[in-house]
Amino acid sequence: MNISNAKRVELVDLSKTFITSTRGEVKAVQNVNLVIEPGEFVTLLGPSGCGKTTLLRMIAGFELPSGGKILFDEDDVISKTPDKRDLGMVFQNYALFPHLNVFDNIAYGLKLQKQDSKQIKENVLEGLKIVQMDDFAKRVPSQMSGGQQQRVALVRALVQNPGVLLFDEPLSNLDAKLRLHMRDEIRRIQKDVGITSIYVTHDQSEAMAMSDKIVILKDGIIQQVGSPQEIYQKPANTFVSNFIGKANVLEGKVVSTLDNEVHITVDVHEYTIKRDDAKEFKVGEEIDVIIRPEAVDLSLDTFKSIVNKTVYMGESQDYWFDFLNIELEVCDYNPSSKKTYNEGEEITFGILEDSIHILHKE
Amino acid sequence: MENNSNERSINRYFRQLKFTMRDPILLITVAIVSLFVIMFIVLPLGSILGESINSDGGFSFSNYVKIFTSRFNRMIIGNTLRLGITVAFFGTLIAFLFAYATTYLALPHKKLFNILSIMPMISPPFVISLSAILLFGRSGLISYELLGIRNDISGFWGLAMTQTLSFFPIGYLMLRNLLQNIDPSVEEASQALGANRWKVFTTVTLPLMLPGLANAMLLIFIQSLADFGNAIVIGGDYTTMAVQIYQQGIGSYDMAGATALAVILLLISLLAYYMQNSVIGKRSYVTVTGKVAKERILNDNKKVTTPVYIICLLICIFVISLYALVPIGAFVRLWGADYSFTMKWINYVFTIGRKYIVDTTTLALIATPIAGILGMIAAFLIVRKSFPGRKVIEWCILMAIALPGTVIGLGYVLTYNTRPLILTGTSFILIIALVVRSFPIGTRSGIAALKQIDPSIEEAATISGANSSKVFTSITLPLIKPVFFSSLLYAFIRGMTLVSTIIFLVSARWQMLTVAIMNQVDQGYYGAANAYCLVLIFLVAIVMLIMRLLFRLFKIDINGDM
Repeated sequence: MNISNAKRVELVDLSKTFITSTRGEVKAVQNVNLVIEPGEFVTLLGPSGCGKTTLLRMIAGFELPSGGKILFDEDDVISKTPDKRDLGMVFQNYALFPHLNVFDNIAYGLKLQKQDSKQIKENVLEGLKIVQMDDFAKRVPSQMSGGQQQRVALVRALVQNPGVLLFDEPLSNLDAKLRLHMRDEIRRIQKDVGITSIYVTHDQSEAMAMSDKIVILKDGIIQQVGSPQEIYQKPANTFVSNFIGKANVLEGKVVSTLDNEVHITVDVHEYTIKRDDAKEFKVGEEIDVIIRPEAVDLSLDTFKSIVNKTVYMGESQDYWFDFLNIELEVCDYNPSSKKTYNEGEEITFGILEDSIHILHKE
Repeated sequence: MENNSNERSINRYFRQLKFTMRDPILLITVAIVSLFVIMFIVLPLGSILGESINSDGGFSFSNYVKIFTSRFNRMIIGNTLRLGITVAFFGTLIAFLFAYATTYLALPHKKLFNILSIMPMISPPFVISLSAILLFGRSGLISYELLGIRNDISGFWGLAMTQTLSFFPIGYLMLRNLLQNIDPSVEEASQALGANRWKVFTTVTLPLMLPGLANAMLLIFIQSLADFGNAIVIGGDYTTMAVQIYQQGIGSYDMAGATALAVILLLISLLAYYMQNSVIGKRSYVTVTGKVAKERILNDNKKVTTPVYIICLLICIFVISLYALVPIGAFVRLWGADYSFTMKWINYVFTIGRKYIVDTTTLALIATPIAGILGMIAAFLIVRKSFPGRKVIEWCILMAIALPGTVIGLGYVLTYNTRPLILTGTSFILIIALVVRSFPIGTRSGIAALKQIDPSIEEAATISGANSSKVFTSITLPLIKPVFFSSLLYAFIRGMTLVSTIIFLVSARWQMLTVAIMNQVDQGYYGAANAYCLVLIFLVAIVMLIMRLLFRLFKIDINGDM
C-alpha cells in the first residue's frame, strides 16, 4: 500500500461543553492540549464518560468544539465538515454499508475520489490481501463474522490513504481471543503503513499493547500523556496508577532529598528512590507510595503479616493481607516453583526498591 | 442568572448555526424544508388563527363568543365529540377483537382479515357511506327492496357505523403490532404461576395492552374528528365540525365563524394527538424491537375460537359486501327503481368525466415523488442532523398528521386567495395540498426507520469523503428503501383519494375525482358515483400492482403498515 501522507495532529485548548436537560452543563472535554506526531499511534484511554469518544468525534468533525483548535499539520480544520478532513475511521460496530458488498464498501470512498475503475480494483484487492480476505470481495456484510467485518472496515479506511486514521473502540464487539489477534493485526498494519492513528479504548491492556503514546483521560481532563512504560511505572497520580494495572497506595514520609534521589520511609524501613525532580519533595512531606502487586517480594523478610485471602490464578498466586493503612494486594508469579501460603498463615515480605513510585499527596 | 442562561442559549444557537453553515448543501436543504413547512403548514394555520380573532378589523374574541353562545354551534361541537367518542369506542373494540384473533388464536382465513385492513386505505374515504346508502338508504337494497321500509340511514348511527367500519383497520394494524411484540414468555410465566388462560388474559395481556388500547382509541378519535367524506355523504342533518367549517367557509363565506370553528377543531385534534404521543405513548410497557422473541403458542380452544371466528367473519363479509356494491352499482341503471344492467355510467365517466380522471391521476403522480422524497429528506434531517429549529420543524411535521384536512384547506383558501400570492385554483396549490397531506406520514415512518439504523454507517460514508447529499442518496435512502417505497405508495393513494383539503381548492381548471363523486352523490346519481369510485379504485389498484411488481424486481420487502 502506498505511503503516506501521515499528518501531524495538534489539539490546542480543545473544550466541549454539552448542555443537557437533565444535568445542566456537562464539561465533556476541558482544555485539552496534545501533539500527535506523524505516524504515531496514540491511544485515548479512560473510563466510560471520560470524554475520550467526544474528543475523537471532535477530531473527526462530528462534534463541534466549544472552544480551541484542531490542527492537521498547520491547517485548522474546525470549519471543515468530516468529509473534507482527509480522515479514515473504524467504528465500534463496523459500520459497513449493509446494502453493498465488500468490494463496493471498500471502493465507496475511492469512487468519491474519482479514481478510475482499474485503479479502484487494484487498490481494493491489494487492501483485501493485507488482511488475508482476498476471496471475500463479493460477500455482503451480513454473511461475515464480526472479525471479518471489522477487517473490511479497516481496509475501507486504509485504502483512502488518509492523513489520520481514527479508531472508536473497534474491538469491543469482538470476543476475547479475536480481540487479541486483531489488535496485533491492526498494530502491524499501522506500522507497515506508517499512518498517524488515534485510538479510543477503555481496555488498558489494548492500550498498553498497541500504543506509542497513551493519553489517560478522566472527566474530560488529561491526566497523563506518556509511553506505556512511563504510564505504568511512573503514573502521574493515583487515578492513573489504579486505572492502569493494579496499585497499592501506601503512606510514606520523605526523610531527606539529594539532587536526584529521595529517601523515604515506609513504616520503619528506609528506601532510596531515583527521581530527577527530587528537589520538589520536601523533608518531612507525607507522600503516596505506589507499589505494584508484583513489586512485593515474598522471599524477603522486611515485614510480617497474616494472609487474609489467597487465590490461585494459574500464572500467579495472589495474596491479600493487612499492611499499614491498607490491605496489600500481592501477585506472586510462577507459584508452582515456590512456597505458597494459606489463609491465616503468617507471611513475610519486602518491597523491591527499584519498583517503588512516589507521588505528592493530592 | 436569567440573563446569563439566555446569553448561553443564544451562544449555543449561533454555534449550532455555524456548525450547519459548514455544509452549504445541508443549509440549503434545511432552508427549503423549513420554508415549505412554514408556508404550507404554519402560515395557513396562522391565518386561520388571525382571522378568527379579528372582528371588524380589530382584535376580539367575539367570533368565539358567538360560537359558544349559539345553540346550533354548541350542538355541532357536541355532535362531533359524541360521534368521535362512539366511533373510537366501537372502532377500538372491533380492532382489538381482530388483533387478538389474528395474533393469539388459531383461526383459519387470517389472510382475509388482513385484506380487510388494506381496503379502507386504497379506497376513497366515503365508499362505505355510499354503499351503506345503497343498502340501507331510502331506496336501499335491504331496507326497501327486502324489508319494504323507506329508511333514512343518514344521521348519527349511520355515520357512526360507517366511520367505525372505515377507521377500525387503523386501530387493528396498531394493536396487531403491539400484540405481536408482547413477549410470550411473560404470559407463560403467569401460566407457570398457576393462572388459567382467562386469568392470563385479564391479569397480564390486557393490562399490558391498556396503553395501546387508549392509543388506538385516540387514533380513531382523531380520524373521526377529521373525517369529511363520510360526514358529508351520510351525515345528513347530523352536522359535524369538519363539514360545518366547509359549509360556513365556502358555502356561506362566513370566514369569521368558519375560522373560529376550525381553531376549536384544531385544538381538540391537537389535544388528542398530544395525549396519544406524550401522555400515553410513553407509558407503553411493550418495547417494540421489531423482533419477536419466540413463537406464541396459539390458543385453539374451540369454545373461544369458534365464536370469535364467527363474529370476525360476519364483520368481514359485511365490510367486503359493502365494497362489492361499488362495482355492482356502477352497472345498475337506477338504484332502487330499475336494476337492469347498463354501461351508461361507465360511458359517462369516460366521456364527461374524463377530465376528472386525467387531472386527478396527473396531480397524484406529480405529488407522489415530491411527497416521497420530501418525507425522507425531512426524516433524515430530523434524525441525523443538528440545526437550529430542528425540534420545531419536527413538531410541525408530525403535528400535521393530526391536522383535520378541512382546517388545512380553509387555511390555504385564507392565505393564498389574496395578494401577494394567489394560488387557489392552480394545479400548484393542489399538488402542495396532496404533498402536505401525505409526506408527514412518510416522515414519521422514516424517523422510526432511521432510528433503527446505526448512525455510524452514515458517518463512515461521510469520513470516506461523501457530502450530505451524497450520504443521503447513496447510503440513507437505500437503507430505508422499504419505507421510502411504501411512502411513495401511500402518497399516490392519498393523492387519488383525498377529499377534505382538496374540496376547498378545486376549480374549473383542475378537477378531482373525489369531488366529482361527492357531487354525484349530492345529486342522487349513485350510478355515476359508483362508476367514478370503480375507476378510482381500479387506478389505485393498478398502480399498487405495478409498484409491488417493481418492489419484487428490486427485492424490496414492504409491509402494509404505512
